[in-house]
Amino acid sequence: MRSTFKLLVLLTILATTIFLVQSCAPKGTQSAVSGDAAAKVYVGPGKYDEFYNFVSGGFNGQIGVYGIPSGRLLKILPVFSVFPENGYGYSEETKPMLNTSHGFVPWDDLHHIAISTTNGEHDGRWVFANGNNTPRVARISLKTFRTEEILELPNSGGNHSSPFITENTEYVVAGTRFSVPMGDKKDVPISSYKENFKGSISFIKVDPQTGNMNIAFQLRTPGFNYDLSRAGKGPSHGWFFFSTYNTEQAYTLLEVNASQKDKDFIMAVNWKKAEEYLAQGKGKIENVRYAHNTYSDKTHAAISKIEEQVTVLDVTELKDIVYFIPCPKSPHGCDVDPSGEYIVGSGKLAATMPVFSFTKIQNAIANKEYEGDFNGIPIIRYDAALHGEVQKPGLGPLHTEFDGKGNAYTSMFVSSEIVKWNVKTLQVLDRVPTYYSIGHLSVPGGPTKKPWGKYVIAYNKITKDRYLPTGPELAQSAQLYDISGDKMKLLLDFPTVGEPHYAEAIPADLIIKNSQKIFKIEENENPYVTMGEGKAKVERKGNQVHVYMTAIRSHLNPDNIEGVKVGDEVYFHVTNLEQDWDVPHGFAIKGALNAEILIMPGETQTLKWVPQTAGVVPFYCTDFCSALHQEMSGYIRISPAGSNVPLTWGTGKTEAATASK
Amino acid sequence: MKAKFLIAAALVSGAVLFIACGGGADKDAKPLDVEELTKNQPETHGTEIKEGEINLSNPLNAEWVTGGKSIYELKCQSCHRLTEERLVGPGWKDVTRRRQPVWIMNMITNVDMMLDTDPEAQKLLEQCLVRMPNQNISKEDARKVLEYMRSNDGEK
Repeated sequence: MRSTFKLLVLLTILATTIFLVQSCAPKGTQSAVSGDAAAKVYVGPGKYDEFYNFVSGGFNGQIGVYGIPSGRLLKILPVFSVFPENGYGYSEETKPMLNTSHGFVPWDDLHHIAISTTNGEHDGRWVFANGNNTPRVARISLKTFRTEEILELPNSGGNHSSPFITENTEYVVAGTRFSVPMGDKKDVPISSYKENFKGSISFIKVDPQTGNMNIAFQLRTPGFNYDLSRAGKGPSHGWFFFSTYNTEQAYTLLEVNASQKDKDFIMAVNWKKAEEYLAQGKGKIENVRYAHNTYSDKTHAAISKIEEQVTVLDVTELKDIVYFIPCPKSPHGCDVDPSGEYIVGSGKLAATMPVFSFTKIQNAIANKEYEGDFNGIPIIRYDAALHGEVQKPGLGPLHTEFDGKGNAYTSMFVSSEIVKWNVKTLQVLDRVPTYYSIGHLSVPGGPTKKPWGKYVIAYNKITKDRYLPTGPELAQSAQLYDISGDKMKLLLDFPTVGEPHYAEAIPADLIIKNSQKIFKIEENENPYVTMGEGKAKVERKGNQVHVYMTAIRSHLNPDNIEGVKVGDEVYFHVTNLEQDWDVPHGFAIKGALNAEILIMPGETQTLKWVPQTAGVVPFYCTDFCSALHQEMSGYIRISPAGSNVPLTWGTGKTEAATASK
Repeated sequence: MKAKFLIAAALVSGAVLFIACGGGADKDAKPLDVEELTKNQPETHGTEIKEGEINLSNPLNAEWVTGGKSIYELKCQSCHRLTEERLVGPGWKDVTRRRQPVWIMNMITNVDMMLDTDPEAQKLLEQCLVRMPNQNISKEDARKVLEYMRSNDGEK
């Protein structure tokens, strides 16, 4: 009996040991998921994720907000694209947000995210994002999770190199992807590229209190393609580093013609020097046109203003602002490590990855260790600026993030992997496959002075077989890896919408405490607000009919309207009188050629509707609000043009009400 | 004795290997409390008001009556008539005679607590089927609303 027991215990030890040893064994590249992966990403019912992940939506023009480590989608936040789901870009209040010098542009291609920082660390106040196609920069409030400001950029041919921010969010920069002719000479032959095409880098000043953006100055730079950028930090604060390609200055078949040279440039910008020139009045004022759109939480409405001037500093004339550093083969990512000393250039077509030293760059400038110049701009000798090269890192290095423990993580597009390496020793430490063809990657706090370094997330360009197939068009695939140990471990696949490019993750407690629940109705300054149901009314101004409507669980007031005619324009100004978290009301009317509007507690939003034919048309609340939500509806009577039905309105003329009178 | 040792060995070996595998998920993750983190927000639910905290006196405070009336028009009128008529919620006529002041004040500032615990409030929810919304009214403003109700019920 006793010996049987002993045997059992021995077997248990053996089994436990074998099982656990096995789970530690290295895995193949296909399904390298360790046994505890599920536990590490499981966020129980009613529990919160540890990080918010703000993920650019690429061609959907939006930002997806995900929880990490669960990968759950929390919100889609419209920025540059109309969003019929909540009326963004459709309501009269939000239409001005998408105004540009070209008129109303309802879409853009959103590539990069920058969360505001103070002292080089995330402060959780704003997210900046770029519109790549019609050059714009947006600022999103992390109190309301809404786009508060969109600034168009003049003298830009495509805003890819954007938005990147300085240590204290002093500036957001926006570099043009495509060089274009600027100023007075815009109608020129394309073949005159070398002569007439210029680059442009906008330095957008951010008000430290309100976040409001204004273009402080633009650098006029040689005609290359400007790709990505990072600001210096710590010792390199005051500098910016931009990757460039097409220093060949090709204007056709760039695939071949922009890949001729062994090296393109990292452009180092001393922006403190640029500020000095600006203060000395060395900038030239140019006449341009660009839209500046701002949204107010008080009026619950946006205004769009066309600005007409910008100050330009020409870096070929004003010395010591810009230096070029040769970087192998069309660099893409240009990333600065948390210490601010090392700048990683990812030559996407190169076999090695150079890491430059800020100290060496400064010494090289001091000692004029130049190998020549480009349009008068000094080119620093490659060796003089180089800390060292990462040898055989992988194929197609794109972007690098950091963990705060001296390690870097670089995405390899062609070889479809993340490579971990030591920034100082340049030794490759680990590599994991991604599924498939990784583009950007994100470590929480990765671009800041203080990365949290717990995870790295891969945002992949190809999805193929990762999820249940959904026809030719698939969701994008992201992978979450645990980087808390020496080896990276795959934890989770999660689908993302649009086409994510860059993303940032930030600890949830930096956001939660500011996340707004309601708008105070007493502070509503919308000119069409209805401050209480007793003030609901309908007004006619010529052929415009303004309906001042209230919404509260579960009726609209007025819900019967008569005296509106074909040929009228009807504006439904709906005020949500609720003051409780998560009680939005919606408003939709049959035949509306725009969308619905979704009105948050304490807010006023306006839907314009132009009736086409006579009849009685229903409208209703679209957001399930209470047990009597289905009752939350009304009718508007439309009479033929020229009829003399008087304008009347009301709600609740019930039999009981009549009887009590 | 020996068996006990072996069991301990088994546990230790298991534990050691488990740790070696880089388990210990989220050791440093602290649970997040939205209520705590957002307590300075405008949308808050009040704390329970006790009977002794409310003093009624006559004549009515005219300033409070006026203040209560404008709060009523902005935040209450959509659902409550000043008559006996029930709209979404009950009419306010004679509410100060039907209900204790502390009940009224807690209904205004602390509706979730009332609907969770108070049988009379629960009975009303069964009749009206719409949860009375939290209208983000402070204790001071709720007192003004109560004064306006008293005025509506004919108190001087």
